[in-house]
Amino acid sequence: MKKLLLFIAFWAFGLSAAQAVEIQTVRSDKGVTAWLVEDHSNPIVSVSLSFKGGAALDPEGREGLANFAASTIDEGAGDLDSQAFQGTMRKLSIELKFDAGREGVSGRLQTLSVNKDTAFDLLRLSLNQPRFDEEALNRIRSQITMVIRQKSQDPDALAGQAFSEKLFPGHPYSKPVDGTLDSVAKIGKADLQGFVKRRFAKNNLFVGVVGDVTAEELKGLLDSTFGDLPEKAEDWTLPEVKPSDDGGISVIDHPVPQSVILFGQAGLKRKDPAFYPAYVANYILGGGSFASRLFDEIREKRGLAYSAYSYLAPYDHTALWAGGAATANERVKETIDVVKAEWKRMAEQGVSRQELEDAKTYLTGSYHLRFSSSAAIASMLVAIQQDDLGIDFLDKRNALVEAVTLEQVNAITKRLLDPGKLMIVVAGQPEGL
Amino acid sequence: MFRLSFIVLIALLVLSAAPVKAGVFNPESFTLKNGMQVVVVSNHRAPIVSHMVWYKVGAADEPEGKSGLAHFFEHLMFKGTKAYPNGVFSKIVARNGGQENAFTSADYTAYYQNVAKDRLELVMKLEADRMRNLTLTEEVIEPERLVILEERRSRVENNPSALLGEHFDAAFYLNYPYRNPVIGWAHEVKALSLKDLTDFYDKWYAPNNAILVVAGDITAKELKPLAEKYYGVIPANPQLKGRIRAQEPPHYAPRRLEMSDPRVRQVSLYRSYLAPSYVEGKKAGNLELVYALEVLAEILGNGPTSRLSKALVFDGKVAVSAGASFSPGTLGPTKFTVWASPLRGVSVDDVEAALNAEISKVVKQGVTETEVDDARRQLVAEAVFARDGFSTGARVLGAALAVGQSIEDVEAWPDRISKVTAEAVNEAARAVFNEKQSVTAILLPEEKKEAAQ
Repeated sequence: MKKLLLFIAFWAFGLSAAQAVEIQTVRSDKGVTAWLVEDHSNPIVSVSLSFKGGAALDPEGREGLANFAASTIDEGAGDLDSQAFQGTMRKLSIELKFDAGREGVSGRLQTLSVNKDTAFDLLRLSLNQPRFDEEALNRIRSQITMVIRQKSQDPDALAGQAFSEKLFPGHPYSKPVDGTLDSVAKIGKADLQGFVKRRFAKNNLFVGVVGDVTAEELKGLLDSTFGDLPEKAEDWTLPEVKPSDDGGISVIDHPVPQSVILFGQAGLKRKDPAFYPAYVANYILGGGSFASRLFDEIREKRGLAYSAYSYLAPYDHTALWAGGAATANERVKETIDVVKAEWKRMAEQGVSRQELEDAKTYLTGSYHLRFSSSAAIASMLVAIQQDDLGIDFLDKRNALVEAVTLEQVNAITKRLLDPGKLMIVVAGQPEGL
Repeated sequence: MFRLSFIVLIALLVLSAAPVKAGVFNPESFTLKNGMQVVVVSNHRAPIVSHMVWYKVGAADEPEGKSGLAHFFEHLMFKGTKAYPNGVFSKIVARNGGQENAFTSADYTAYYQNVAKDRLELVMKLEADRMRNLTLTEEVIEPERLVILEERRSRVENNPSALLGEHFDAAFYLNYPYRNPVIGWAHEVKALSLKDLTDFYDKWYAPNNAILVVAGDITAKELKPLAEKYYGVIPANPQLKGRIRAQEPPHYAPRRLEMSDPRVRQVSLYRSYLAPSYVEGKKAGNLELVYALEVLAEILGNGPTSRLSKALVFDGKVAVSAGASFSPGTLGPTKFTVWASPLRGVSVDDVEAALNAEISKVVKQGVTETEVDDARRQLVAEAVFARDGFSTGARVLGAALAVGQSIEDVEAWPDRISKVTAEAVNEAARAVFNEKQSVTAILLPEEKKEAAQ
């Protein structure tokens, strides 16, 4: 046993993630850039794309606009009505899907390489000439309305929405991405057309492509697909916001036997020099799914919850260090006490050298497991561009983790973590709070 | 759990009549002396492997009154052995950059670790150790029982549609053990004893009841010596007799369930018809029917251009969504399911009438050649995408072998789907849509049957 562990400790990871992929930058004549990983081993092409600027920019009274647009631009475009558009996709096994988040609208295209011209053309149509037919708007509106109604009774969604409102009162980040029943009822064709015109442009677009396509072919496809988009998206500003840190517990009363608990406080932005030390610290606190302090203390030792976790959430204009757990109503207080105790322990005592070493070997050793499919790699290519981490990021990333010192980790936990600042939201019928 | 999906020559996509010669996952396979089957799916795109051990035991193999036992036991596999005590298993895997988990279905239980290729031997050593050497105590199982009850609250009790789902299965299967939830009834989970758990382990966890599947940057030649070294030395359990389950009698009466709950905001209706799985179809000599049902489900209810979606959502404007599904990968009898959620202001009766009209239309008038041609092509194309995921092959093969399908069954899937005719689909529709073998469930808000206002 001892021998084995020693052996493991000195068994260095010789592998860098970059060995698995080679990234090319492809720049089209009309000035559209994409990152490409060519892989001709399987006859498919995966595309990931993202436009900066999402639901946080939804106009007052039109909350849910970005989400409504993302749900409707593939419901008929150009000469194709919804059934014709979806029918072409289905017939050729093309998958095209858009999603709105707070800070952007993302898209995902997957096709057999033999159908790639048609697939990219459907993508072009949906971005440039969405129809927004009345039939499609009504249908999608009922679907979104159904989702909003269902979420109004879902403890996870209830807790999530309340959490955003408590942390960012009055800031666009507190608005529900789906919108409200009232706002979604008001969104019309003109709103959607305006959204597409203002938000989809070359200067806020990021593209990642993986699979059976050459750089030369992609160049042409980038021009035909994105070349006619406006050069610039409409300017926008969002205020910086500091998460509320007065601490305290808010309860959303909801008739369920198990309460959903969310907790959070200010974190660090992606480009903060202390991001990596915080990232490693978070793995130790609650980021490791079967190996973290929250997992050990809440689940393993006390059986309080099936899942207990923490995460760093860097946004463009704020940053969180947050987490969650779900436990029977009568055990909510005990669970929150454990979370606070762990928050405090890490702030005051930091982490051990062994914990730091274990975190590093996990975070560096598992990085290449993320390259599990073409779609997964394509979306990583977009994320790296959006965060402006550089095309050599895959080469550098493990070294950034390796370079983190015990002093850095313990300095950042001491500086940031404060159980008194934890904003806690509970959805359920907790007892004894 | 997983839909079977495969790669096939692109030629097939152009000429669907062309015979399929391409391999599917092209796995290699051998069997160890103790009876443990080994399958290797090579994919050298990245220097990583997915290491899985599948046990041919699931919730449907639990003794009567002991529901949740297989799943409870799955949790305990992470607790410790003499050599690796106190949950150190997961810590070693993590420290080595590995990601791991496990899952339990009605028919199988599987454990996996995704790791860099040079850590494969380590996880094999750990996984082989816990096949026979687990040390269980009361102290270990009690907190885990609480965890599982929390898991049950998250998955089921907090969610009215999951609660109705449990009632649905209990009504659907008159006698077959699929009537019990995999996670178990809460009162039975509370009563499972240390002895129940250790007896279950002793009975089922043995190499002659397990399948090793490794996918990724590895070949059978490389894997064989390691498999022999770590798994080959574990003695077989000679007492293992295979699975004996209560069988399903004929169904003579349609059943209906209605559940109202104040937390429901969207009315929904779904109905399942008794249908054969691959394994059952093969046993009964009508395997073609099962493939035809897959094509039928595709035509009827997969996606916005399917028949149900067109008729109920697009044209009829009575539903907000509608569809059909069929999962034949089980050991025992399975379900062919149709569903619809009424648009606000439309009564659930009207939606059900529209659903019935579509079903009776397909039974009476059948499907067209074009529909069948499209559906076959779409199903077969899913294969190409499935191959893209580095561990998909391991999951598909493991799940199939664990219920008694052969590698050949998996490899021949696109070929068999490609051979389904319109006539076979029509026959399948007539066979499966037998009201007497169906259960219909309606989930309603508390107040009244009409859509909530």
